[in-house]
Amino acid sequence: MPYFGSEEMVKELKRALSNPNVQADRLRYKNYITKVIRYMTQGLDVSALFMDMVKASATVDIAQKKLVYLYMCTYASDKPDLALLAINTLRKDCADPNPMVRGLALRNMCNFRMPGMTEYIEQPIVAGLRDKASYVRRVAVLGCAKMHSLQPNTDIDGTIVNELYALLRDPDPVVVVNCLRALEEILKDEGGVVINKPIAHHLLNRMKDLDSWAQSEVLTFLLRYRPRSDDELFDILSLLDSFLQSAHAHVAVATLRLFLQLASAHPAVQADALLCTSAPLLATCGAASRELRFAGLCHVQQVMRSQPGLFGTHYKRFFCGYSEPTYIKFRKMEILVELVNDENVALVLEELRSYCTDVSPELAQAAIAAIGRIAQTYSEKCLDILTGLLALKQDHITSAVIQMFRDLVWFCPQSTAAVCQTVEACVDSPQDSEALLWLLGEHGDQISSAPYVMEGYIDGLKTELSSAVKMELLTASVKMFLCRPAETQDMLGRLLHYCIEEESDVCVRDRALLCYRLLQRGVEETRKVVTGPKSDPSMSVLTGRQEEPISQWASTFNTLGPLSGCDLCPQTAVISAADQPSSSAEKELLPESTDVTLSSPDDTEEEISLSLGPPLSHETFEKMWLDLEILQRQTMGFPRPRTALDTLQAALQLVKIQTLAFTPGATVPWKAYIYTRSTGTLILAELLQGDQHAPGIDESLVVSVKQQPVNQHAIRGFVSILKGVLQTLNVDSS
Amino acid sequence: MISQIFILSSKGDHLIYKDFRGEESKDSINVFYEMVTALSGDQPPVVMSHKGLHFIHARQGGLYWVASTKTNPSPFTIIEFLNRLAALTKDYCGSLSEKSVRMNFALIYELLDEMVDFGYIQTTSTDILKNFIQTEAVSSKPFSLFDLSNVGLFGAETQQSKVAPSVAASRPIMSSRGEQYNSKNHGVLMKADIHGEIKIKCFLPSCSEMRIGLNEELSIGKSQLKGYSSAVRVDECRFHQAVKLDEFDTFRILKVCPSQGEQTVMQYQLCDELPCAPPFQLFPSVEKDYVNRVLIFLKLRCDLPPKSTALNVSITVPVPKGSTSMSQELSSPDQTAELQPKNKALLWEIPRFPGGAQLSALFKVDVPGLSSASLLEVGPVSMSFELPKQTCTGLQIRFLRLSPTQTGLSQRWVRYVTHSDSYTIRI
Repeated sequence: MPYFGSEEMVKELKRALSNPNVQADRLRYKNYITKVIRYMTQGLDVSALFMDMVKASATVDIAQKKLVYLYMCTYASDKPDLALLAINTLRKDCADPNPMVRGLALRNMCNFRMPGMTEYIEQPIVAGLRDKASYVRRVAVLGCAKMHSLQPNTDIDGTIVNELYALLRDPDPVVVVNCLRALEEILKDEGGVVINKPIAHHLLNRMKDLDSWAQSEVLTFLLRYRPRSDDELFDILSLLDSFLQSAHAHVAVATLRLFLQLASAHPAVQADALLCTSAPLLATCGAASRELRFAGLCHVQQVMRSQPGLFGTHYKRFFCGYSEPTYIKFRKMEILVELVNDENVALVLEELRSYCTDVSPELAQAAIAAIGRIAQTYSEKCLDILTGLLALKQDHITSAVIQMFRDLVWFCPQSTAAVCQTVEACVDSPQDSEALLWLLGEHGDQISSAPYVMEGYIDGLKTELSSAVKMELLTASVKMFLCRPAETQDMLGRLLHYCIEEESDVCVRDRALLCYRLLQRGVEETRKVVTGPKSDPSMSVLTGRQEEPISQWASTFNTLGPLSGCDLCPQTAVISAADQPSSSAEKELLPESTDVTLSSPDDTEEEISLSLGPPLSHETFEKMWLDLEILQRQTMGFPRPRTALDTLQAALQLVKIQTLAFTPGATVPWKAYIYTRSTGTLILAELLQGDQHAPGIDESLVVSVKQQPVNQHAIRGFVSILKGVLQTLNVDSS
Repeated sequence: MISQIFILSSKGDHLIYKDFRGEESKDSINVFYEMVTALSGDQPPVVMSHKGLHFIHARQGGLYWVASTKTNPSPFTIIEFLNRLAALTKDYCGSLSEKSVRMNFALIYELLDEMVDFGYIQTTSTDILKNFIQTEAVSSKPFSLFDLSNVGLFGAETQQSKVAPSVAASRPIMSSRGEQYNSKNHGVLMKADIHGEIKIKCFLPSCSEMRIGLNEELSIGKSQLKGYSSAVRVDECRFHQAVKLDEFDTFRILKVCPSQGEQTVMQYQLCDELPCAPPFQLFPSVEKDYVNRVLIFLKLRCDLPPKSTALNVSITVPVPKGSTSMSQELSSPDQTAELQPKNKALLWEIPRFPGGAQLSALFKVDVPGLSSASLLEVGPVSMSFELPKQTCTGLQIRFLRLSPTQTGLSQRWVRYVTHSDSYTIRI
């Protein structure tokens, strides 16, 4: 038990290591050294043995040397004085006739992370750079980088940099790649290693000699090279063509990234490259290693953002195997939803249906959600499946299905009748209360048993815990009262009474009071406030994917970005990372936005470019809106434009501001939620007119802006662009 | 670039820890372990981040193989490297387990030292590494440095390390999916996906060129005419970069100078059109008996040629939620069946299943509160099995030769195995 009595342990080892009898017996001695390393790995502090270990380094046994060096590298920074004792042995080894010993000593000496090391290692490194054994040169080249990292703030040694550039022509491929790596680190402050034309061509010609790790690394370095002419570009591409089909996924993907970047002006070439790589990418999606499979799937998803059709015929590859872990199945289902078309819809739905009864409730719910998304295009077939699932009467399934019904009714009003019929038949054991209540309230006129179901909820109100359900119940009951007053009046009374008199949650009470006072004002008033649109098919455009240009994601391709996007809004995270380097390109792409900025009358800001990016879902928007603080609230000083709302939406779209939702024209207060992206940040805003809390400025429009991450410059730009648009519209309409 | 590499046991014990750049402290191991164990099943664990440090890990042999980095490298590179590290460890230590890693930690440190320097991958080739690795592998078994005991080619006298066979094994991983109706007709094959690879394991001390002859009638790609003979066909294939293909087009011969250890020479894929019938046909019938009982009658036929046998066949049938108990009628005593309420499935296991045979089983599952809709929950049936001496594509190794022929003790063997990856039959 190394964790208990560790001091005893160390003492015992010390005694053993200094015992001359043990030292004489090589095998026993080595055994004790092995033991020390074992304890070190387990986290035990064995630094007290440093002296004995230094002694043990003077041996001809290379295996023992390696163990001792490992020990010394770990503890050198804790015991710098003692480590100096070891340096003599190491420097002697650096001159050993055996290149393996030389390399080993040099590598480990450079690994001592302690101040003042530079003066001891500089000379052996310089000698190592000219060593005749490539093994030693490899070590020495990286030693330069290590030396630099020991004292990062000193001046760069020009002679070493020159020597490293010269070593790029070394016959040994690993030395070449190590030179690139070392130069990259040493010259980090100056922008890294310079890849000019001779170097780039030299590297390209050496590609075939490199092993796969070096290949993918060189391909990454080549990303920063810009060919002078199209001829040169195509020469490079044809040279690299065979690597697109490499048996190593990491080489194929790195090549693809280079292709996408170099050929950014030639969409046809990009498309060809994607087509070429689709085979290796698909192969990684079926690789034996799950992690590799996952990485492949994430990158397939990325490619599909621009080329949704590329994998269309291979949809069967994304059917889940039963032994796969859940996180892979999730990705596969996401991909399947995107791949659905007229030909394969039946088969895909059949497959998804079989996942709905999976043991894991999360997986089952995700499968139902996937069917729900397909239902927005192929509603009839999906409705049949979803209805069939209700018959299973399992809580998690029913609740997911009802949520899908709610979304479906909202996006595709034509399916309302069918949904109402189904809900009618299944409501005896309702599970997901909120979605069901919304459906009942909104379409109570079509569900004959609706009031009775709702009565059940009102009777069970005392045991209901969630305040969200109570609020939804209030709204739904009021709506129901408007269309079926006779059946609802009594229970609505009871509900309001309970919520106002006995409810402890302030929000619920306020909502109840609001309903009560509304009803006091009369039925017509209430109707005006409570009944909103029952559906909005145009919203489905927002949630559906549009094809994006390849440049949107090319810069995060083959990085960790696509894999770690597990948070709520993965796309925004990826985009914001991607935007920073490509903002200049975006400005070129968006001439309209700059035009508008310039024409805006009080524009003293610098140019700022907005972009649409992938659409936000309502849930994401809502979540972010609730999470973020208001950064700026500004009164525009003029009312909202008197134009039709479509015109407003179109005008905002023109300057890359996306409209998420707005209230119908005549309602007061009038609200609209909009969002846009700019150089790495996401801006959310609310337009409000006729705020009841501020009656004084009734006629003026108030903008509240939230942003993630914060960038004041972008906000100012956004507000001025918005102002410009609204003013222009005002002028037009008057 | 890689900042640290560590190997953890599934319980979180530190087996190997190596810091390449001194950027992060050793605490990151515990951070990683806490993060990975806190994840729920649906969260992807492959890449995780903590305060600017990214952890990328692969699970192999029940262990966590973790690399941490502060930069944003290619995930493919890191994952493939970790897999390669695990494969090399397996090559050297014989097997991949917590025990073998613990016993050989000095060797693994040595490997890591040569493979990665300052966080940069230097080499992973066995040929180069073997010159530098000094530590002998420790193993509990007498000769398991290269775990070949299961083959049975070795007698006691062949334990000298000089004697080493060269081996080619073709291991297609078969996954196919059949759709079957309740009728007695043959089912329709919905999706079949075969991933195969030819691996060589070679332990010859100095290896000259090896020639691997494949079926001469092998055709590649979908466009080629199939002709009348039963040509062996694959959709795509990819080769190891060291393979010389100059005789491949005309004679279907691969030439390679293998390095020691295990290597994948060729990978191939075949989708949808199988040259032979899928190995198993299932004729199920699911009925509601009287109240609260489901009758599941399964008739399973093995369509392999009569001489071959399927091993370790296990059949998983999902049953309705809330199933409490089950009674079964199996046709032979070596089969077993059990109800697993946690997975709401019943598992039927057949250790040996000869080709051409037909087995049947009747399960009576008690489900309190059974409704007719619950029958929807029965299915799809999934199977796992192993088919020795069998390839689904029909790809064969025609010959395996060393040139020039080596004198003395070299032995060779060829092994074909088909593993099911995901064999699912809808009911």
